[in-house]
Amino acid sequence: MTVRPDPTFHATAQLAMQAPPEDYAYTLMLSPDFSEPDGLAVVDVKPGSPTYGQIVHTVMMPNKGDEFHHFGWNACSSALSPLTGHAFLQRRYLIIPGIRSSRIYIIDTHPSPTEAKIHKIIEPEELFSKTGYSRPHTIHCGPEGIYVSTLGGGGEDGTDGPPGIFIMDCETFDIIGRWEIDRGIQGKHYDFWWNLPRDYMVSSEWGLPPQFENGVVPEDLLSNKYGHVIHCWDLRGRTNVQTIDLGENHQMALEVRPAHDPVKEYGFVGVVVDTTNLEGSIWTWWRDGDTFKCEKTATIPPEPAAKEDLPPLLQGFEAVPPLVTDIDLSLDDQFLYVSCWGTGELRQYDVSDPWNVKLRDSVHVGGITRKTAHPGGGDYRGGPQMVEISRDGKRVYWTNSLYSTWDDQFYPDGVPAAMVKADVGEDGGLTLDKDFWVEFPEGYRSHQIRLEGGDCSTDSFCYPNV
Amino acid sequence: MLVETWSTASLWLAVVGIGIFHGVNPGMGWPLAVSAALMGKGERDLFAALVPLAGGHFLAMAVILLPFGAMTFLLDWQREIQISAAVLVICFALGLLIYRRHPRFLARIRPTQLALWSFAMATAHGAGLMLLPIYLGICKVSELDAGHQAAASLMTGNLVNAVAVAFVHSAGMIVTGGIMAFAVHRWLGMKFVSKSWFNLDLVWALSLLLVGVLGLYAALTPHA
Repeated sequence: MTVRPDPTFHATAQLAMQAPPEDYAYTLMLSPDFSEPDGLAVVDVKPGSPTYGQIVHTVMMPNKGDEFHHFGWNACSSALSPLTGHAFLQRRYLIIPGIRSSRIYIIDTHPSPTEAKIHKIIEPEELFSKTGYSRPHTIHCGPEGIYVSTLGGGGEDGTDGPPGIFIMDCETFDIIGRWEIDRGIQGKHYDFWWNLPRDYMVSSEWGLPPQFENGVVPEDLLSNKYGHVIHCWDLRGRTNVQTIDLGENHQMALEVRPAHDPVKEYGFVGVVVDTTNLEGSIWTWWRDGDTFKCEKTATIPPEPAAKEDLPPLLQGFEAVPPLVTDIDLSLDDQFLYVSCWGTGELRQYDVSDPWNVKLRDSVHVGGITRKTAHPGGGDYRGGPQMVEISRDGKRVYWTNSLYSTWDDQFYPDGVPAAMVKADVGEDGGLTLDKDFWVEFPEGYRSHQIRLEGGDCSTDSFCYPNV
Repeated sequence: MLVETWSTASLWLAVVGIGIFHGVNPGMGWPLAVSAALMGKGERDLFAALVPLAGGHFLAMAVILLPFGAMTFLLDWQREIQISAAVLVICFALGLLIYRRHPRFLARIRPTQLALWSFAMATAHGAGLMLLPIYLGICKVSELDAGHQAAASLMTGNLVNAVAVAFVHSAGMIVTGGIMAFAVHRWLGMKFVSKSWFNLDLVWALSLLLVGVLGLYAALTPHA
């Protein structure tokens, strides 16, 4: 507890954009064959620094096989609403769940990111016994503390009961319990985010643990058994008020990105693949009175390819699906960045009119058949995957691994860790920075990135832009 | 007589002063009025949000003061009532000092339930208790004035006093909070929301303790 609010908390997204730029990035590293412990890399991203673009500190975990995926902060700008009642928390601890082990690490980033260390470890048994959930995934800080979505229910394979969200105390990191009172027909889980003053949440579905832990299950995908709905929730009421089916061919609706300005009642969700034509798609969801609606607003076509250039999984299709695996929205709600992990493309869409989504620019790097080299000469494999945008919207960072077993199916030659950056022009437009190439330790893959002081997928703002 | 007038005036000043103290604190809700203005149609919504914030606060004061006002007809027990009120305030203050957390149930109140939130927030932090010893002081002074009135009319007078104290205090609170909200919305800008926020938890608990101790001292000191 401090005397003044954390300087990285901002009442509005606009104020966050004007704040000083990030000096450090935090990137998750995972050992794909579980032979080494997973870790957190602290990357120097301060231009002009002698160690710019290098890993300046790592925190390695004491266990193996955690499989790090997504992570988040203990506190964010949402603390500046009197309704949350904890204005004097610090953005200090990173909450890193192991998606495979269900273990949760709390990393203390004070007094400096280069001195980050393990603060607390929550063993899987505690999560199982207190929530009946497993495989923790997305972290958001909000009114009741830290909200964590999970991908698995109880039991060995995580299918005993549906997965859901649980609440964690934002100071002691004790697991408090399940969040949902009435989940309706929600049976799978992935991402969630909300509009705090408007008091709603939107969540998405990936698949149950047997559908992803050992790789994508082609039969399940072709029979449309992965998630294809979004759920709309009454946030304080903790009840599912509406489920929108995107159509069963729209397999794997993943990242949920609401507008950062809470006066806007819309957001986006990305669909990995349409099983009828291999397209990836962007959907705009919005609230109209008490009803939520969702419409497809952009599609990305697959690219034809010769059978021999494709991994066994895709040979029957003779095409590379774009595979929209992550999307991220700039703080001014103007640009939506879309990862096409299959085709090796990062797209920038102008979404200032959310119902008239326009492709603004794109860059290519990696890709299953394109195999575009990084302009700096680095051997970039995989495609653009987890994207993070700087608060001021001028820099876009991304990594290349999706999930250990899926990487192996789509990129059988391996996906060694990469982290790259593109610069955004004054009025949009993307240019890959040929000089930004982070060297990771041998044998690791890279996943989500968080920026010091907050980024475009962590903070929830409680006041509209002026 | 002069001493008594002065003492009544200072007690009422304290009621207003604590109102200003509550009102200026962002944690007591004025940023929600700014939010209402920005989410809605401007300053009309700002003022509309102040009404439930004030109403909830007033109610939180009244539910503490009215029962004590009703008890003041037990003239023979007046000292004991004052002592136990002061002890209650001191215990609550010590509780706040030991358990330095914001109750999580408050975060479950909807953004649209501003009156309920304001009531629960004030109650959970003992805002009403802060006024209690002062209110009992005001009752005592007016009893001295009243001489030998019938117990029933004395009680009516004290209940009126309870409502008056709650009202004057809440008015002080909402006028201050309203000025803050209006100034931030019109001139100071959203940056002021975090700039104006100081962690007053400790100051708050200590003020409560101070008021309790003064109340106890007043109750234990015989009338001059």
